[in-house]
Amino acid sequence: MVENRPIARLLAHLFLIIGVIVVAFPVYYTFVASTQDSRPIANGEVSLLPGERLIANYGVAIDVGVAKTSGQPVGRMLFNSLVVALLIAVGKIVISLLSAYAVVFFRFPLRLVFFWMIFITLMLPVEVRILPTYKVVSDLGMLDSFGGLTLPLIASATATLLFRQFFMTIPDELVEAAKIDGAGPLRFLRDMVIPLSTTNIAALFVILFIYGWNQYLWPLLVTTSGSMETVIIGIKRMIAGADARTEWGAVMATTMLAMLPPVAVVVLMQRWFVKGLVDSEK
Amino acid sequence: MERRAIFGNRVLPYALVAPQLVITVLFFFWPAFQAVHQSVLLEDPFGLSSRFVWFENFEAVLGDEFYLNSLGVTALFSLSVAALSLGIALLLAVQANNVIRGSHTYRTLLIWPYAVAPAVAGVLWLFMFHPSIGLLGQGLRALGVDWNYLLDGPQALLLVILASAWKQISYNFIFFLAGLQSIPKSLIEAAAIDGASPRHRFWTVVFPLLSPTAFFLLVVNIVYAFFDTFGVIHAVTGGGPGKATEILVYKVYYDGMIALDLGGSAAQSVILMAIVIGLTVVQFRYVEKKVHY
Repeated sequence: MVENRPIARLLAHLFLIIGVIVVAFPVYYTFVASTQDSRPIANGEVSLLPGERLIANYGVAIDVGVAKTSGQPVGRMLFNSLVVALLIAVGKIVISLLSAYAVVFFRFPLRLVFFWMIFITLMLPVEVRILPTYKVVSDLGMLDSFGGLTLPLIASATATLLFRQFFMTIPDELVEAAKIDGAGPLRFLRDMVIPLSTTNIAALFVILFIYGWNQYLWPLLVTTSGSMETVIIGIKRMIAGADARTEWGAVMATTMLAMLPPVAVVVLMQRWFVKGLVDSEK
Repeated sequence: MERRAIFGNRVLPYALVAPQLVITVLFFFWPAFQAVHQSVLLEDPFGLSSRFVWFENFEAVLGDEFYLNSLGVTALFSLSVAALSLGIALLLAVQANNVIRGSHTYRTLLIWPYAVAPAVAGVLWLFMFHPSIGLLGQGLRALGVDWNYLLDGPQALLLVILASAWKQISYNFIFFLAGLQSIPKSLIEAAAIDGASPRHRFWTVVFPLLSPTAFFLLVVNIVYAFFDTFGVIHAVTGGGPGKATEILVYKVYYDGMIALDLGGSAAQSVILMAIVIGLTVVQFRYVEKKVHY
């Protein structure tokens, strides 16, 4: 600070506190509603203080589900979301790491062609190729499977570019030393490159886990049976045609449950999260 | 930059790139090619027959008043989301950069909405603004505002804008704060010695140095509003009421998957691809060169 301006600093705190409240209020509102009985919620009498149905509502949601989703328990949906998020995150990291390793540490015909083919996928988000991608997945018989839910999303130009950039900074001397000691390319990958990349992998994992967990359009298309639904899609089905019979308590509890894992990952792995975010946008 | 030390192996590199290439070709290139191909065909909804119609689908799409409406809605929607979330994030980042104590705590308290799925963000705002169960929805009605986003188009658009902007604040905040923290203190001190007031310093020193970040974020926010907000629209309004919140991505989905207008949906996909390619090129060209004064 150049000048000491206590009033300005006080104002800054005030702004930030208001900002935090505005940002947090929607979630707080849902949280207090998730601890209350469905009937007062449906009548629009949500209390701003937590009620006493916390365990009851969450228990019902996880074990039993609600009538709107034909009683599909949210526990199952959370499991599906977790599998999808992990497959996408791990899958993206593995295939990008391998292809970046090939592009950086080898010289082979078509190397640059391959690199540009991967790079150009940046420009083809799933949203612009909805129908044909759906058709490919359905032709391969992968509708309603974890493969269909994840494979079309796991090619990642961003992760490949990130690993490539990092591999370029590995000194030539290290490669030479490894070669003199008799290490082959796979040995070098396993014993040098992967250990050196752990921070990058952790950072990418945080970003990609959130990306996978929060997928919406794709699971909406490729899941038709309730037992493969992810929790985000489940919520949408629960609130469709909201009326007096909607079990709001359990719906609100489901919404909280759908947010909890990715938010926990961001808060607990904040350092890697910020690094991953800033790196992957370079 | 090329590295000198490399491994020699004829087969291994192909095996290493193979998984990614197979997925890229199968799920990116082939569908993208199909979209382009489909966009010049006229097909019946059962896929029994099709014929080549040159650019008829594009003409039909661009001449369709619903498409033009969707284009207008998308423009208004994405500019509002970008302006709102960038403005609030910049304000908060400047304040967080000014406080001496607690900056880290504020960051933690402000960044977690990044992890909330767009669809869930929409649902949170739906709960608050629902005309019969929502606290704020009821509040507005009690104040005499005829609030019902289920029936009123502009109100529905406002709601999805708020929900989408809310989710994006944390992302912008992280980048603005990082940008602010990388501005050398000596520059600000020099301006202060020359007698510039804090406000003057912000607009003549800090903001110009922040403009590359701001420009980059503008592009990212527009891409976000174009594509990632599908969940918000689908969960909260379903494109309605009427077609008041039907953004382009939602229309591609609706026309293709629900209305089964395959050629029209494919033509729209191709137009969207052109928009993404344009935005990506803009981002790379200008962000690389840095937007400086």
